Amino acid sequence: MSEQSKVPEQAAAKMPWEEKPVPPQPEEARDHPQVQELEQAVPGAVLEAVRFAGQVTVVVELSRLLAVLGKLKELGYKFLVDLTAVDWQDRPEGRFDVVYWLHRHADAARLRVKVRVADGVEVRSVVHLWPTANWMEREVFDMFGIYFAGHPNLERILTWEGFAGHPLRKDFPVEGVDTGAAVYPDIYPPGGGPVKPKGGA
Amino acid sequence: MPVLEAVLAGSEEMEVSFGPQHPATHGVLRLVLKVDGERIVDAKPIIGYLHRGTEKLFERETYPQCIPHTDRMDYTAAATNNQGFVGAVEKLMGITIPPRAAYIRMILAELQRIASHIIWLATHALDIGAVTPFFYTFEEREKILDLFEEYCGARLTLNTMRIGGVPWDLPEGWTDRCRKFVEELPRKIEDWERLLTNNRIWKARTVGVGVIDAEKAIAWGLTGPPLRGSGVQWDIRKVFPYDRYDEVEFDIPVGTHGDTYDRYLVRMEEMRQSVRIIRQCLDKLPDGPVMAWVPKVIRPPKGEVYFSVEGPKGELGYYIVSDGGVTPYRVRVRPPCFVNLQALPELVKGHLVADVVAVIGTLDIVLGEIDR
Repeated sequence: MSEQSKVPEQAAAKMPWEEKPVPPQPEEARDHPQVQELEQAVPGAVLEAVRFAGQVTVVVELSRLLAVLGKLKELGYKFLVDLTAVDWQDRPEGRFDVVYWLHRHADAARLRVKVRVADGVEVRSVVHLWPTANWMEREVFDMFGIYFAGHPNLERILTWEGFAGHPLRKDFPVEGVDTGAAVYPDIYPPGGGPVKPKGGA
Repeated sequence: MPVLEAVLAGSEEMEVSFGPQHPATHGVLRLVLKVDGERIVDAKPIIGYLHRGTEKLFERETYPQCIPHTDRMDYTAAATNNQGFVGAVEKLMGITIPPRAAYIRMILAELQRIASHIIWLATHALDIGAVTPFFYTFEEREKILDLFEEYCGARLTLNTMRIGGVPWDLPEGWTDRCRKFVEELPRKIEDWERLLTNNRIWKARTVGVGVIDAEKAIAWGLTGPPLRGSGVQWDIRKVFPYDRYDEVEFDIPVGTHGDTYDRYLVRMEEMRQSVRIIRQCLDKLPDGPVMAWVPKVIRPPKGEVYFSVEGPKGELGYYIVSDGGVTPYRVRVRPPCFVNLQALPELVKGHLVADVVAVIGTLDIVLGEIDR
């Protein structure tokens, strides 16, 4: 009797939110239609193609970046959703990833294009393809110090002109750096931190 | 060139600084306007006055600790900001949230959308010179904030979602009070529209101001009401449904001319659609848990995801790169206001100085999100 009553309990399937979540796994995506399409348009441009959590990422060579992005725009990716960078401090293939996240309205397909850039190497600007890249590239320049060649107005955007350093680099301290802007350096220590009590102790 | 010298030299064009301390710039936005008399020749937005380094802070906080930081970006729409961040982490970890949690999230997000649109309507109308809507609309916003307060204790920075669901079930009687609110709201929206929609002054100030066509809007990366005002049927809730948006019915309102007036009509209709969604959510609200099983320590696998939600201002995206640790390696926020503001010079060229105020209002920007 007791055994019988146990059986339905075991048989009752657990709901997906009661179980331990299964994280997505990266898969090779060279034969994914979006990658195939790009491969046909610009042969040999794709260095790596990965599919993770349903999103396709292709890594392309820096020298062919503009050709690839130009072709992708012709293929219908008219909307540059996002442009950003990631700092992988000591990576031998190049310190930064510059990431383009593109959208095509016809079939709601999204594609992530990545390019690996060493510190101090210029990336070609894409402002002429997508005007929206203007501020995004300025932000990447401001935050990471990556130069975009051919940008109409590559200035700092979130920090001020004359600011030293690029805040989103991994070697930039979270506490900030002394910018020389402290008004009362004896009370408010340069670079932030707790306020010193007045009069010693 | 300083103004006086320019006038003395007989120059036609001069530069005027607009903001950052100006009530109509909705925060600390500075515009350098190049004007020829009253006409705008060029405008250059200068931002960054509110930069707090949120993306840098994300990198040293654990995933759950990041959620309160998201509140403080678009501080008029904290719930949708939370929704985007927790959704991104859930996608990265493969978590499925219980249906009740998804429905509660949708109710909170839609209430937040209405609250955000109310702020937009009130301040936009106030900037243009219609003071009355401010008093009527903020009364309703107060009711939404009361509902939030009852649910999570906070009114503005809600911190109301968790990775795997929502932290609490709805308090007793909350659904009835929420239903009462959404039943009353459409009549109130009608009242507000009666003040503005056919108002001659309102139309004179908004029709044909800040026009952008669909192709340009896409090229400039506009999302949300500014894109829909130009006639593009585009809504993340429909294109990439998250939570349970595929189970409710709603329409995407679009404009035809892409001017300030059309964007106004789009947002007014969006409030009605939000009411429609909340009603359906309250009807369908399933029973069950509000939190999924999640590990004690959130440690997503190595990888990267981009997850976006339809915020009140546009597509709010989170790009999270994880190196397998307890803190994100990199979080990039795709701020809709930042991208939308970029198109401002395009929208104001050739208009009068007074129209700049209307265009800033119609883009519905929040500087906390632009500067992060």
